Amino acid sequence: MEKRATFSSTTIGLVFVAPMLLLIFVFFYWPSGQALYWAFTLEQPWGGGNQWVGLQNFQQLLSDPVYWNSITRSLVFGVASTAIAMGVALVLALFTDRELRFHRAYRSIFVWPYAIAAPALGLAFRFILAPEAGLLSVLNSIWPNIWNPALDGKDAMIAIVIAFSWKYIGYNFIFFLSALASIPRSLIEAAAMDGAGPARRVVDIQLPLLTPTLFFLLVINITESFQDSFGIVDIMTQGGPARATELMVYKIYFDGFKGLDYSGAAAQSIILMGLVVLLTIVQFRFIERRVHYK
Amino acid sequence: MHAKFLGAAGMFAIAAMLAGPAMADKTKIDFWFGNTGDIAKRVQEQCDRFNQSQSDYEVVCTSQGSYDASLQNTIAAFRAGKQPTIAQVSDAGTLDIMLSGAFYPANKLMKDMGYDVDWNDYFSGIKSYYATSKGDMYSFPFNSSTPLLYWNKDAFAKIGKDQAPATWEEAAEDFKALKAAGYTCPLGFNISRDEIWQYGEQFMAVHGEPIATKRNGYDGLDAELIFNKGKWVQYIKDLKGWYDNGEAVLKSKETGQTFVEAFAAGDCQVILTSVGDHGNVGRTAKPGLNWGVAMLPVYAGTERKHSFVGGASLWVLAGKSDAEYKGAAAFFNFIAKPEEALTWSTVTGYIPVRNSGYDYLVKQGFYDKAPYAGRELAIKSLTASPATADSLPGIRLGGLLQIRQEMANGLQAIFINNADVQTSLDEAAARGNQILRRFEQTYKGKQLP
Repeated sequence: MEKRATFSSTTIGLVFVAPMLLLIFVFFYWPSGQALYWAFTLEQPWGGGNQWVGLQNFQQLLSDPVYWNSITRSLVFGVASTAIAMGVALVLALFTDRELRFHRAYRSIFVWPYAIAAPALGLAFRFILAPEAGLLSVLNSIWPNIWNPALDGKDAMIAIVIAFSWKYIGYNFIFFLSALASIPRSLIEAAAMDGAGPARRVVDIQLPLLTPTLFFLLVINITESFQDSFGIVDIMTQGGPARATELMVYKIYFDGFKGLDYSGAAAQSIILMGLVVLLTIVQFRFIERRVHYK
Repeated sequence: MHAKFLGAAGMFAIAAMLAGPAMADKTKIDFWFGNTGDIAKRVQEQCDRFNQSQSDYEVVCTSQGSYDASLQNTIAAFRAGKQPTIAQVSDAGTLDIMLSGAFYPANKLMKDMGYDVDWNDYFSGIKSYYATSKGDMYSFPFNSSTPLLYWNKDAFAKIGKDQAPATWEEAAEDFKALKAAGYTCPLGFNISRDEIWQYGEQFMAVHGEPIATKRNGYDGLDAELIFNKGKWVQYIKDLKGWYDNGEAVLKSKETGQTFVEAFAAGDCQVILTSVGDHGNVGRTAKPGLNWGVAMLPVYAGTERKHSFVGGASLWVLAGKSDAEYKGAAAFFNFIAKPEEALTWSTVTGYIPVRNSGYDYLVKQGFYDKAPYAGRELAIKSLTASPATADSLPGIRLGGLLQIRQEMANGLQAIFINNADVQTSLDEAAARGNQILRRFEQTYKGKQLP
């Protein structure tokens, strides 16, 4: 019979989880509860009082076509940046795993971008991608007006997708690399002896064995792209030009922290939370089926 | 080595013990502000001068990174009961704090603490912007500015002109001539939220046009935006025309060079920006750049009205001790001195806010010589017309920052997506009105003071 260490007493168990529960309560349930409450009220920013308005905040938002556009844009941003961040990270990890030259150095270097704060990152990319003075201005001198995130909404969206993906490539890379390292060498070697080339081995062996990691990163990337993008947007585009990069989370940040519309921002947060929960459920329901954990 | 270190530590300990009681006698007050960079340094210097000028109070001045962040932090601190004694609130945040009751009115503070302040010494345009509809001052105007037109004299000389355009019709001719003379950026501008101030609000101010009903919101929270119905529409159409002809060029952080940088580098020949940038342009101008400033142009046939003051004012927050309020009053008394006005206007581009300060600067010959000559035009612009009962004192609208954003979004649709001017401005006004109605509902039952 298998031996397991179990706690007989519920009290001891509860004592052990209490610190964690307390943390979760303070940093998640409490603010979420507060946001939920504010979403149904109109809150005076200086704390002079508030009044119950029921669903009014939600009605105003959901009847606003501009708000629906920002939801669409957030989805486009989420899908595009997740695809790029995961795709590039996977390729980099596969190459590093093949122990090409300097792979040890890459292993530590590629994670650095994740450690850079979003505003600093935004600042750097604003310079790199500036159409007149930046590093990409070369493009414009060859083909005039081909690249201008300041005036072209599509270019601006591409710019923030690049900046955001760049940050998450490092994060994804580490996960992919460790997952690849845990794939038994014998499998790869056996396939090689059977005559499978590197590409074949990736498709038939490594990718199927990576699916748990792929799924985990998919959920994390989609979620983060909805939540962690406002710093980059604020520095790089401020939601412009002409709302082209006004993501849901940026609008929350702007309305709440700059416009002092606490209740409007709270209602938007609740909608965003609902959307992220929904997306996560969809992913677990439909994509997890294809994941092989063992 | 070790002994040395211990010795030094011991010295510090003794020094701290000696200094301890002396410092405890001082009442410390916190002052949070939003300016950054060079201006933050200047504010800090002013605080240091105050601290050295007397021994009863010590003001601790902390920059919070930006106007928005400063306001946000102050509100969070206030809600947690840890507010600073003095907080800087920008023009856009004025109405919220005015309705909050979270402050100690400036006029009451000074009276209670035994200072006799001549409130009429403030320039009427500055006073009326921050005063209640009854003329009471709840806060102290601090860093104050107004926009000016900056022009490149050498470039204008090339098209045979020795003065800046006084009307927009004249400006249009000048832009065309500058373009023909080979200049690639006659007018450098931008249309983000930050430039609504000089291209929207101040344009309407000098033309005497309301941005909203109810005297721009001073007479009630039920004001409605009407900027889409006046001269501003024609102005945006003209601006768009210049933009399409390549006579006006968008210059921003996103394109790689702001319009102020472009002007200082000699790349753009005309810009509209705050007098607060006067010092900045002077310091960063490329060698030999021959430039000047002028008041904002108006359309021909318009009687010029005074422009609005921009910047921020200082509020004293509720819930502090008497000693702290005494310190705050002493600080305000100190920065009101004409000598302080001179130092402040010398090291920043900001203008003096009182007649006495201005007169002192004039007497000292401040405005006679470069690099400060020209800044007196800001005062001229702010006092171009008297503040009367039916004139527009400023803008008092809830959610002003969000309204500016809506206006900027409207302009961006016009300039970048070639949307119809009237339709876009109508939409911006409609969306802005929703913000106003939300604000009105949030403060239901509150009376605008």
